[in-house]
Amino acid sequence: MVTKTKRLKKNRGESEGGVKTWELRLYVAGQTSKSMAAFSNLKKLCEEHLQGQYRIEVIDLLENPALAKGDQIFAIPTLVRKLPEPIKKIIGDLSNKERVLVGLNLIPTA
Amino acid sequence: MGQAKGRPISLGTQLEKSLTGIKGLDEVTKGGLPKGRPTLVCGGAGSGKTLLAAEFLVRGALQFGEPGVFMSFEETSNELTKNVVSLGFKLDDLVAQKKISLDYVQIDRSEIEETGEYDLEGLFIRLEHAIASVGAKRVVLDTIETLFSGIPNPAVVRAELKRLFQWLKNKGMTTIITGEQGEKTFTRHGLEEYVSDCVIFLDHRISEQVSTRRIRVVKYRGSAHDTNEFPFLIDEKGITVMPITSLGMRHKVTNKRVSTGIPRLDAMLGGKGYYRGSSVLISGSAGTGKTSFVAHFADAVCRRGERCLYFAFEESESQVMRNMLSIGIDLEQWVKKGLLKYHADRPTIYGLETHLSVMQKMINEFKPAAVIVDPVSNLNAVANNSNIKLMLSRLLDQLKLDRVTTVLTMLTQGSPTTESTDIDISSLADTWIRLRDTEFGGERNRGMYILKSRGMAHSNQIREFVLTDKGVNLLVIQLNLERKRKAMEAQIADIRAEFKTEEAEVKKFIRQEKLRQQKVSQDREAMAQIRKAD
Repeated sequence: MVTKTKRLKKNRGESEGGVKTWELRLYVAGQTSKSMAAFSNLKKLCEEHLQGQYRIEVIDLLENPALAKGDQIFAIPTLVRKLPEPIKKIIGDLSNKERVLVGLNLIPTA
Repeated sequence: MGQAKGRPISLGTQLEKSLTGIKGLDEVTKGGLPKGRPTLVCGGAGSGKTLLAAEFLVRGALQFGEPGVFMSFEETSNELTKNVVSLGFKLDDLVAQKKISLDYVQIDRSEIEETGEYDLEGLFIRLEHAIASVGAKRVVLDTIETLFSGIPNPAVVRAELKRLFQWLKNKGMTTIITGEQGEKTFTRHGLEEYVSDCVIFLDHRISEQVSTRRIRVVKYRGSAHDTNEFPFLIDEKGITVMPITSLGMRHKVTNKRVSTGIPRLDAMLGGKGYYRGSSVLISGSAGTGKTSFVAHFADAVCRRGERCLYFAFEESESQVMRNMLSIGIDLEQWVKKGLLKYHADRPTIYGLETHLSVMQKMINEFKPAAVIVDPVSNLNAVANNSNIKLMLSRLLDQLKLDRVTTVLTMLTQGSPTTESTDIDISSLADTWIRLRDTEFGGERNRGMYILKSRGMAHSNQIREFVLTDKGVNLLVIQLNLERKRKAMEAQIADIRAEFKTEEAEVKKFIRQEKLRQQKVSQDREAMAQIRKAD
């Protein structure tokens, strides 16, 4: 699952009314169990709380090591919320849902 | 010290070492740091860890053809570059030449949310990338303890660090890891448990308001090493460690002589002057002319085209130049020609060891044929006498090995008869000249004599001298008898005068006593009459 970009979005570009497109970057190092768990956890979470208004980019540092410096990555896996600002970083395989929501500053719906 | 390219010192099965290029450190570690292994450099804040690590890397790239990676956890690349410029290293250039890679890892606790399992593979990847980009052989991690404060799970950090150090070893990277000094342990988080090949401790102490830096190799597995503490300096040429232990007395002597600069004094010293490479002490109370004698010597050295290094703890350069000019010695011409180097410092500016380090450094750089220290007694301000003696003996050992003639001046307390000096360094000197003023017949005259001069016949006369506008002039010796007669006559006159005064006093006393007696007998008679005695 070494994909670069996955675009699952609706209502692209809508900024009025508080609906933004979330840009999330998941840094992994090859296909490890942690990486795969992180990705599936992330997808589930996004579908549940962002209803399609998001964009996940998976970056495999084994293929692109130079990219680690830019976002200051040291732990794997790391999820970086690029948009909306400010940038937020979450480390771990995202199995702790509450923590992820707190980290991303997502108020859980319902 | 290393001039060849990265030649490791391997003696059979002994540990291979990687030269650091840092002056003195390679001697103390006997060949450098363990090659392909991690070394822990720990110390308090401001002790110089980052600078030492940076110099290790820079010299590796410049002198030994070993590119390096500096992974910083505290300073950004810009900050680090600026910091290191003070040592004379231009990191920018080295980065541009792809000899050094700088990576700043920012770990902000507030930014991090832990949401499950993770490891620090990101660090490994960055490090690997950096190493590959320059072909590095040396790595610095400064300071890795930041990981502990930044990452919430210490167990993960410890496990990953262990993995990291093993990884670095497998890659054959000679690594320096810096750590903050802990309360009771070497490092705050106990890094010394993992990095056990070599541990170096940097100390920055303040005693009596003066700061001294010291370095110590605490541990070096697989290698003999010097376990003492050594003072070190940080200046615009980098770090210099002064491994001055007693060099023993293995110096060879020569029969060659050097002039004192005063021909008649040369004559008094077996006809030729001081032995080259010997140590000379000129002592005397204030104002007796020590600096003048020393100036003659400096002048003579430079006139021969040799270099002279003048360490002054009392007067500034311009003051000495002016004063010596007034007696006809032009020292400034030699300064201009680069033969005379003057270094003036107040003793209280550093600790004793730093003084020694500074002096050693200048001696190594300037390579003089003669060294003057004027006066050594001023070092009393920063150290006690036994330490000064120790410091001087170390300095003299080094100088004798290099066949440098040394002249020390010392201020004594002025008692004309005692011949002990405050700091008992007279035993360190091969030649000892004493300057002494004498009072005689209403005049104060300058005199000097040679108390000792090892290995040569020397004059035993007390020689009078004057300071003229052509320098020190030792007066022609009058016949001893003539002087003795004069001295005796003067003494007799003195005694006579004293006697006269005393005589007058005694006579007066006798008169008074007689009067008193008369009075007493008169009183007695009067009393008798009143009582109608016989």
